[in-house]
Amino acid sequence: MSVLAFIDQSEGQVKKGAYEALSYAVKLASQLGTTAEAVVLGKLTDDIAALGKYGVKKIYHVADEQLNHLDAQVFADVIAQVARAAGAKIIVLSNNSDGKAIAPGLSVKLKAGLVSGAVALPDTGNGFTVKKSVFSGKAFAHVAIKTDIKIIALNPNSFSITEAGGGNAEVSAFAAAVNTPKVKVTAVNKVKGDVPLGEAEVVVSGGRGLKGPENWGMIEELAKLLGAATACSRPVADTHWRPHHEHVGQTGLAIAPNLYIAIGISGAIQHLAGVNRSKTIVVINKDPEAPFFKAADYGIVGDAFEVVPGIIEEVKKLKGVA
Amino acid sequence: MKILVCISKSPDTTAKIAFTDNNTKFATDGVQWIINPYDEWYALVKAIEIKEKDPSAVIHLVTVGGADVEPVIRKALALGGDEAIRINADTPDSYYVACQIAETAKQGSYDLVLAGKETIDHNSASIGGMLAELLELPYVSLATKLELNGNTVLITREIEGGEESCEVNTPVVVSCQKGMAEARIPNMRGIMAARTKPLKVVEPVAADSFTGIVSFELPPAKAGVKLIPADNPAELVRVLHEEAKVI
Repeated sequence: MSVLAFIDQSEGQVKKGAYEALSYAVKLASQLGTTAEAVVLGKLTDDIAALGKYGVKKIYHVADEQLNHLDAQVFADVIAQVARAAGAKIIVLSNNSDGKAIAPGLSVKLKAGLVSGAVALPDTGNGFTVKKSVFSGKAFAHVAIKTDIKIIALNPNSFSITEAGGGNAEVSAFAAAVNTPKVKVTAVNKVKGDVPLGEAEVVVSGGRGLKGPENWGMIEELAKLLGAATACSRPVADTHWRPHHEHVGQTGLAIAPNLYIAIGISGAIQHLAGVNRSKTIVVINKDPEAPFFKAADYGIVGDAFEVVPGIIEEVKKLKGVA
Repeated sequence: MKILVCISKSPDTTAKIAFTDNNTKFATDGVQWIINPYDEWYALVKAIEIKEKDPSAVIHLVTVGGADVEPVIRKALALGGDEAIRINADTPDSYYVACQIAETAKQGSYDLVLAGKETIDHNSASIGGMLAELLELPYVSLATKLELNGNTVLITREIEGGEESCEVNTPVVVSCQKGMAEARIPNMRGIMAARTKPLKVVEPVAADSFTGIVSFELPPAKAGVKLIPADNPAELVRVLHEEAKVI
């Protein structure tokens, strides 16, 4: 009755969501008095055995090259084979781009109830209930899983990555029957050097208050100093000042960084829905009536063009950057 | 080209989120229902764009719900689509709903099944993937672009920190998000035409549900904003570093 974590990777490197899923699986296994195991698909350049330091003892590796890129149907099938062989009763994945693709199919295959968007460990005192984010971050639901096998897709940035002080894990080659993928990945384009928005711990975001795309230099500079990702509000993406993938909000990406700095964003309810799981929110806006201040932890009422350069200077001092 | 678009209703994006019956039910009083934005702006409008290029394409809409969902499906028909199917059932969980849509999809032998990437109320992002598995079809999620080249579908999908391009042959299930199509509003001609478009009501098939919502909870209220004078950015950096410990 083990807990199995799916370790997803991109171009051979373990994704941040996978470390979170692994840490969650290890904590859950300890809560249930069982062991956590993990499964890796495809070729990895990262050291698989070293994942043992997060508290996992055994890792199944299906090294088939056809698994280097995602085909959700094929991945779900292989993970199901591993889960059955390992006797896993609970499977944990990240609710990131791969997890969202794989988990629903896996749920059907294993006749296993799925809770996607989980934000905390399940309540196993009476049944099995998982807290998840609903209404685009405006509320939580406690969802009971009624099936024997259970699947949890963990929201990114909802569970801290913790090392459990173990040595190397045992890596066991698993001979799965791998179907030929029907989805052929032809190109992977990643913005090199930038922090992916969904994984970022700090996000600096700009709105219409910045007046035009030419004024994003200070947003980018502050983000770079803080190791942050950049984001924007919907009007900014819709007017093509910034690319669509930077749009956070109800119909864009929902994020949960440790720190969200909103500059020149009024805080429409749809925008708040995408960011209100952020642990700390800073709002900089010249309008003291901006609704965003009600959702903020810290605020500065002032003109972004005067305030932000001052913040940049102070962050430089803090980080010891000349 | 036969396209099935999955449509769900969702509360308007500005709806107040509150719960009744000891926090077990969403308080629907005064809530405006809309087409789930991902289903409308991206899945449905993409299907309409395909039909505009290829008038022989046929678009069917499917939804699961009671009679109260009909205004929403009529609005979808006003945007476009040839006919709609309402499966007359409750929606206990994603698996149950996916089983119902799968039954309709099997009967229609569609080339392309489009769904929004998730609904804005339950955010489960599950229907597309479950449907694909039930239909034994490939599944591409989080698509931001889609083009047809004969029977080949060229798709761009979002991944962490970038995008991935892929090719897959029809039939295929695709979940859609921002980038796929430009939002549009129904015109008067569409609204008039929608009144007479066929809306078929079918009864559900027997299916299980795997999960159930026990209760809802609102996030704790914020303690209140701590304002920092605009001329003291050093104080902001100090509190973020020393109090909040986030930089």
